[in-house]
Amino acid sequence: MHPQRKKRLTLILFLLVGVSTGVGLMAYSLTQNINLFQTPTQIAAGEVPVGRTIRAGGLVVDGSVVRDTEGLGVTFKVTDGAASVPIYYDGILPDLFREGQGIVALGQLNEKGVLQASEVLAKHDENYMPPEVQEALEKAHQDGKGNLKAAGNDYEY
Amino acid sequence: MVPEFGQMALIVALVLAGLQTVIPLVGVQARREWLMAYARPLATGQAVFLMASLLALTYAFVVDDFSVAYVAANSNSQLPTPYKVSAVWGAHEGSLLLWVTMLGWWGLAVAWFSRSLPLDMVARVLSIMGMVSVGFILFTVQTSNPFERHLPTAPMDGADLNPLLQDFGLIVHPPTLYMGYVGLSVVFAFALAALMGGRLDAAWARWSRPWTTAAWIFLTMGIALGSWWAYYELGWGGWWFWDPVENASLMPWLVATALMHSLAVTEKRGLFKSWTVLLAIFAFSLSLLGTFLVRSGVLTSVHAFASDPERGVFILALLGICVCGSLLLYAIKAPTVASVGRYEWVSRESFLLMNNLVLLVSAFAILLGTLYPLVIDFMGLGKLSVGAAWFNTMFVPLSVLLALIIGMGSMSRWKSDGLSRLGNELRWAFLAALVLAVAAPFIANGEWNWQVVMGLGVAFWLVAATLVDLWKKSRGRLKRIPTLGMSYMGMIIAHLGVAVSIIGVTMVSNYSLETSVKIAPGESAVLGNYRFEFAEFGHIEGPNFTSDATRFNVWRDEKLMEVLTAEKRRYNVSGQVMTEAAIDVSLLRDVYISMGEPLADGAWGMRLQVKPYMRWVWLGAIFMCIGGGLAVMDKRYRARQTRKVALSNEAVA
Amino acid sequence: MTRWLLFIPLAVTLAMGVLFWIGLGKEDKDALPSPLVGQPFPSFEAKALLSGEAISAASLPAKPMLVNVWATWCPTCKAEHAFLNQLAKQGITIVGINYKDDDAKAREWLKAYGDPYDFNISDPDGKLGLELGVYGAPETFLVDSQGTIRGKHIGDLNTRVWQKLQPQFEAMK
Repeated sequence: MHPQRKKRLTLILFLLVGVSTGVGLMAYSLTQNINLFQTPTQIAAGEVPVGRTIRAGGLVVDGSVVRDTEGLGVTFKVTDGAASVPIYYDGILPDLFREGQGIVALGQLNEKGVLQASEVLAKHDENYMPPEVQEALEKAHQDGKGNLKAAGNDYEY
Repeated sequence: MVPEFGQMALIVALVLAGLQTVIPLVGVQARREWLMAYARPLATGQAVFLMASLLALTYAFVVDDFSVAYVAANSNSQLPTPYKVSAVWGAHEGSLLLWVTMLGWWGLAVAWFSRSLPLDMVARVLSIMGMVSVGFILFTVQTSNPFERHLPTAPMDGADLNPLLQDFGLIVHPPTLYMGYVGLSVVFAFALAALMGGRLDAAWARWSRPWTTAAWIFLTMGIALGSWWAYYELGWGGWWFWDPVENASLMPWLVATALMHSLAVTEKRGLFKSWTVLLAIFAFSLSLLGTFLVRSGVLTSVHAFASDPERGVFILALLGICVCGSLLLYAIKAPTVASVGRYEWVSRESFLLMNNLVLLVSAFAILLGTLYPLVIDFMGLGKLSVGAAWFNTMFVPLSVLLALIIGMGSMSRWKSDGLSRLGNELRWAFLAALVLAVAAPFIANGEWNWQVVMGLGVAFWLVAATLVDLWKKSRGRLKRIPTLGMSYMGMIIAHLGVAVSIIGVTMVSNYSLETSVKIAPGESAVLGNYRFEFAEFGHIEGPNFTSDATRFNVWRDEKLMEVLTAEKRRYNVSGQVMTEAAIDVSLLRDVYISMGEPLADGAWGMRLQVKPYMRWVWLGAIFMCIGGGLAVMDKRYRARQTRKVALSNEAVA
Repeated sequence: MTRWLLFIPLAVTLAMGVLFWIGLGKEDKDALPSPLVGQPFPSFEAKALLSGEAISAASLPAKPMLVNVWATWCPTCKAEHAFLNQLAKQGITIVGINYKDDDAKAREWLKAYGDPYDFNISDPDGKLGLELGVYGAPETFLVDSQGTIRGKHIGDLNTRVWQKLQPQFEAMK
């Protein structure tokens, strides 16, 4: 039995080392690949470094959607009720993208503070607002900034 | 009246499931055959009543009974009848009813196709399946009753089914996937029954194998159908998004694949017993996790949980009881004696062990990537998502490793084999694969691309090694192939399917052409050697929608190939807008167009794609299913238990 | 292999379960209620949907009420509507906010399905909705006689939800 035992031990050690290395590597690369959700308020406050991939979202501000004359580029603003952030996207917008809808975009901020989006998501459900956006709105309320003046849109009160 | 009948049937099924749990077990404990014999008729009765319940709900949908709240929320009188039927599983309550009904069907199948099993085994297996039934029927009745009435006043018309779900793919995809999920409960029940009886032997492994394979076929098909549906319905041309719903179906698939292979070792060599039992428990736990964590949406976010804590807590409790209960039984009853049988470092056992490791590591990686954001969210530490890039980085090397192992493993011998022998046998296969793979990118577009070489290399290697094996085993005579046995043929075809899928994934990931353009009628856009000409814009009236449609002429090298019509549908009832892509399908490439939004001067934003070898991704899955089907039909599984299974040298994995 | 090794999977699972449970418990306490609870109903200037006259926060009745956010484009609102009719029959005051909707369509709807509302605030651009932190329809607020928001429910009202909300509603009297 002795050589058998030894072999089993080698096997178990080999497995342990292999598996723990694998899990370690996975966990490390996971931390490198996370896209954190940031609210317009956080972005306006300068909490987000330029060039880092983030997800941002909010309600599309009425009247903020401006299309490029050539091609498919489009610029719009999203707000959480307290602040707003401009987003530029070159491509096909989802079916449910419209003013007042909640959307989430994935991309990086450039030096001008515009989010260069590589993806824009709006879910296939009129009732649905991405939960992140929902929480961003609530948070903005919580901060007692329930007025929209900061959002730079043209509501008249 | 019919909905009340459905509700009654569901409650009767619950009672029968309760009896099915208790009576056979009492019989086993007291060694009373006549009590054990109750298991089969009770399982049959349960299945019949569940079926009646599901039919009652379907009837309510077909006749537009909007007094039933669930029907009112998910159907509409304008909906075409086939979609009224598929709307039954369009939301949580109905999906759950379908889920438990399928559990009943699998129980029925076990009751019917287990003539050769000892009665006490059947009694235990059906009793455990009864327990699972009790839990989930109770959950349905308590928290998600699909028959609840909208009293006293019924709405005039229903709210309509989500347009995304009004589609053939969505009629077939969820039931198939559920069949797979639920099928794993059978294997789980077999494993627990064997633990209870203290009989983890070759016979148990042999009984479990066809059931595992059957469930695995459904899972494979379900996942492929889901991917195919997402591809043509979502209008992005993507076929795998690594979103939680997809991941939840892939995890049990990976573990079930590992289980199929470890069962082979347990049956043939009596090894890895504890491991196999653990895999069976994991596979079923993951399929529960998949169904309920993600499909039902109850636990997908804190928000969903908070708005419906009753369901969430119930599900977590069920999950907890299932997982912890079975693991406790495992800890108490699993054999601690070392398995008999030795094997050398280089042997079939080793290769199968490696296969299991790679598959499990893959499943674990996906679990990590799927649950991590959830856990962080639940802990209130922020909202984050794991990008698809991470999953790809994890999955690609693991798949490459797996393909390499398959090539060697299916060739190797039990107990001990020599590297030199394998080397001799497979030298030419390896060289041929390497040469072809290195040549491939130059043939494709003249540019070196290591990803293509890698992907195609392992796929060609797999094909070559499999063919060499077939050649050796049939001693070079085609006539002998049928004598090698159904399981062996099944294995060969399934492994070829893996290669076909890898080729498809490699090609479509590296050589797809895609562009989004602003295009007006009369203009053309060029993509590769295809020219897309916007022929005209028009309107189409559907049964419950109206659409804007664009017709494109697709030219290739100035030859008209195809006329494609893409649509943007607006559904009358909900007002939702849906993109209907137009796809020209062929074996070597798909041409894919979908509409974006209307722009100034009659122009539209259009998404145009050419996707080489797209069909191969799913073709591989079909191969795998056929292979699995052949393995299930192997006559060894229909053998009387008294017959000794000769340890032939036929290779089965 | 020794017996205790076999307990490892169970131990790991239990540990994960406990962590998850702690996380959930924490979440329940601070995620809800909505930040608006305890705040006065936001001020607004709008038109009543049916009469067309100008209304403001002062127009809210001085008794406990439900403020229900709805729209004709929202399927769940249709499912909920019958239950609202039932509540109105029981004498419960319901004020509607017709959210991001077309006035003419909304009037049609009330004609077709019955009108459980005291009156409806027309909110075609979702201004009031944004003030209330509404993120979709249907949503229902519990507002007391002083016009203070006391609770909020996201999603449709039905018998089951009402069982939970009713005590809270009764307590406001």
